[in-house]
Amino acid sequence: MLIKRPDEFKVSEITPEAVFLNRREFMAAGGVAAAGLAVGRLDGWTVGHEPSNRLSAQPSQQDDPQTPFQAVTTYNNFYEFGTDKSEPAKNAGTLKPRPWTVKVEGMAAKPGDYNIEDILKWFPAKEYVYRHRCVEAWSMVIPWYGFPLRDFINRFEPSPKAKFVEFTTLMDPKQMPGQRDLVLDWPYVEGLRMDEAMNPLTLFAVGIYQKPLLNQNGAPIRLVIPWKYGFKGIKSIVKVRFVETQPLNTWQLAAPSEYSFYANVNPAVDHPRWSQARERRVGEFLKRPTLPFNGFGEQVAAMYKGMDPRTLY
Amino acid sequence: MTRSQFIRFVAEPAVFAAALVPAGLIAWQGFHGGLGAEPIREIQLRTGWWALTFLMITLCVTPLRRIPGWNDVIKLRRMLGLFAFFYAMLHFSNYIGIDQFFAWSEITKDILKRPWITVGFVAVTLLVPLAATSNGFMIRKLGRRWGALHRLVYVSGALGVLHFLWLVKKDTREPITFAFILVGLLALRLRRRAPKSAKPRTEGATPREPATASG
Repeated sequence: MLIKRPDEFKVSEITPEAVFLNRREFMAAGGVAAAGLAVGRLDGWTVGHEPSNRLSAQPSQQDDPQTPFQAVTTYNNFYEFGTDKSEPAKNAGTLKPRPWTVKVEGMAAKPGDYNIEDILKWFPAKEYVYRHRCVEAWSMVIPWYGFPLRDFINRFEPSPKAKFVEFTTLMDPKQMPGQRDLVLDWPYVEGLRMDEAMNPLTLFAVGIYQKPLLNQNGAPIRLVIPWKYGFKGIKSIVKVRFVETQPLNTWQLAAPSEYSFYANVNPAVDHPRWSQARERRVGEFLKRPTLPFNGFGEQVAAMYKGMDPRTLY
Repeated sequence: MTRSQFIRFVAEPAVFAAALVPAGLIAWQGFHGGLGAEPIREIQLRTGWWALTFLMITLCVTPLRRIPGWNDVIKLRRMLGLFAFFYAMLHFSNYIGIDQFFAWSEITKDILKRPWITVGFVAVTLLVPLAATSNGFMIRKLGRRWGALHRLVYVSGALGVLHFLWLVKKDTREPITFAFILVGLLALRLRRRAPKSAKPRTEGATPREPATASG
């Protein structure tokens, strides 16, 4: 499977959805024959052919159609490129996802600056098709390419004292013009409890729809936590820090009554300004019910045993 | 062509056509996939924005008559006000019939529980009696009370801006711009009224307005 490097990729090359779907069917057919040749390598992009990575707790939703590429790459909340959801696709051309360094800091045996090319070599990316539920009550189904965050974490050997992981987005108003407006306290910061970060569902995504991440989707590396609201999925990460105390994430800092640290998808706890009971899947007319933990309860609910779900909004 | 002919045969049709452009554009883009990934939300945002914009334009009429003295714009006011109502109704119907698809229990909960929706609902509701009494018959029938009733437009405008302000997640620049415009338009009215009350009922330099023209 060929994944192009970002500098080879142009918007004009976007495969129309119909062609893309045909190609998938073709590849699925070929995949049977190719079983055993699971990993291909190209210029530092290591990609596994494992469509069986579709993870879902609700079998009925397992075959949810994927949201069209066009929607996934033009409807984005990425305030670093503007607050309107159409703006990141228009403005994110200024972001330079190469060269890129991810700093690993804090309570770990192997802190340091790591080149994105090395990271891509160390951690083979596979396809994960996840539902994506925004706190604004819309949702998508997205084929990510990535690797479990826990593989990344294990490599840097955090100390047992580290209880949380904190992530930081690039801070550079030249590349991210939205940072000139003080709508949020830049740079964007997110965090996870260590057990959440180590959950096998939690990903570092580096690709989408069999391409490297587009800038507006958080190139070159971003977080994906499918049972949490989308804003936890911090984009264009430059720093990973192992810490003892719970990080203060950007949206919690901005509006603590509306966004907390946990942000677990929960239809029973409304956002103060709208209901979270239903969501509109992008491309559909009628709203559908939202599932607790976005349908991933079996894999994650145990982590929150004994906690008051009302504090996990 | 006389002034009144110009208004009647040029200005009025031109304003009418221009005011339909946003709705036409929404419809055209809607049928051609031009409203983005969430067309229903896009329609909601745009119709709301135009309802507020037409309210503001309507509120410009009185200052334009008083300050540069463009008295004739009064002839466009009813149409502009009705377009504000038209876009507010599109906004409201899109919410009820498309976004919520008549899920009455959800709608009731929204209106009762969520202050930003409550104020939006009140803002739209207040426009109904104004639209209903905008015809010549009702103007004559209500007489002086017509002017008093139509001052509700200020309340509706203020609630509409508040609705927008409370809706946005973080970037408040646009609703705050609307708020400044509204406050400015209201301030222009106060400034001009003050001297009048100091000298009541003089044979003034400015002709006294008929009751129907207040606002």
